[in-house]
Amino acid sequence: MKLVYFAWIRERVGLDEEEINLAADVKTVGDLLDWLKTRGEEFEALFDQPELIRVALDRVHSDDRGATLSGVREVALFPPMTGG
Amino acid sequence: MPSPYIKIEVRRDNFVIDEEVAALLQDHKDIGAVTSFTGICRAEDDRLDALEIEHYPAMAQSEIERYTKIAIDRWDLDGAVVIHRYGKIAPGEQIVLVVAASRHRQASFDGANFIMDFLKTRAPFWKKEHLRDGGSGEWVSAKDDDDDALKKWD
Repeated sequence: MKLVYFAWIRERVGLDEEEINLAADVKTVGDLLDWLKTRGEEFEALFDQPELIRVALDRVHSDDRGATLSGVREVALFPPMTGG
Repeated sequence: MPSPYIKIEVRRDNFVIDEEVAALLQDHKDIGAVTSFTGICRAEDDRLDALEIEHYPAMAQSEIERYTKIAIDRWDLDGAVVIHRYGKIAPGEQIVLVVAASRHRQASFDGANFIMDFLKTRAPFWKKEHLRDGGSGEWVSAKDDDDDALKKWD
């Protein structure tokens, strides 16, 4: 599964994107965010303000931390948007 | 009646409003109202050197298409143009264009307003300020006002 990062989330994590293998017990968006927190300092810092982390699954906004990751190929993490 | 004219582009290059409107009107002789909105980079009291706009390419295109089609269906628009730039934008430069066209004026005002409200909150772009004094760029924060603005369309 591919993870892509944008804006200051990209800067803090230090990566544009990465390929990861999901452990069997990581089933939902919430599970994924919990797992990311354990990966090191860059990720911990993200979660100071978890409400600022927005998620898209295969390029569609997901507002639900309980959403399933089954079949999802690309997960994007980004801050609230400032387009327009 | 021809189907609605739809042009949606996410790109680096600038746009010329007159050209976009002329193209929209070309095959739609029953359009009586065209509303266009242009977003421009402010100088911020001369503090700003440039805005840098980052985006999520495939998602930006698909989200803008989605909301534009919602607007076309809801207000029966005859045409819509959305052009959103990315990359480095200097003060005074154009950032975004929204054009909505219809037979009568209310639909064109509302369609353009609706599309802009969604661009502000659901289109995956992020702005970073580069300051003239060379200070490290700050990411622009999303505004609550923009989220609240969405509610008027419920």
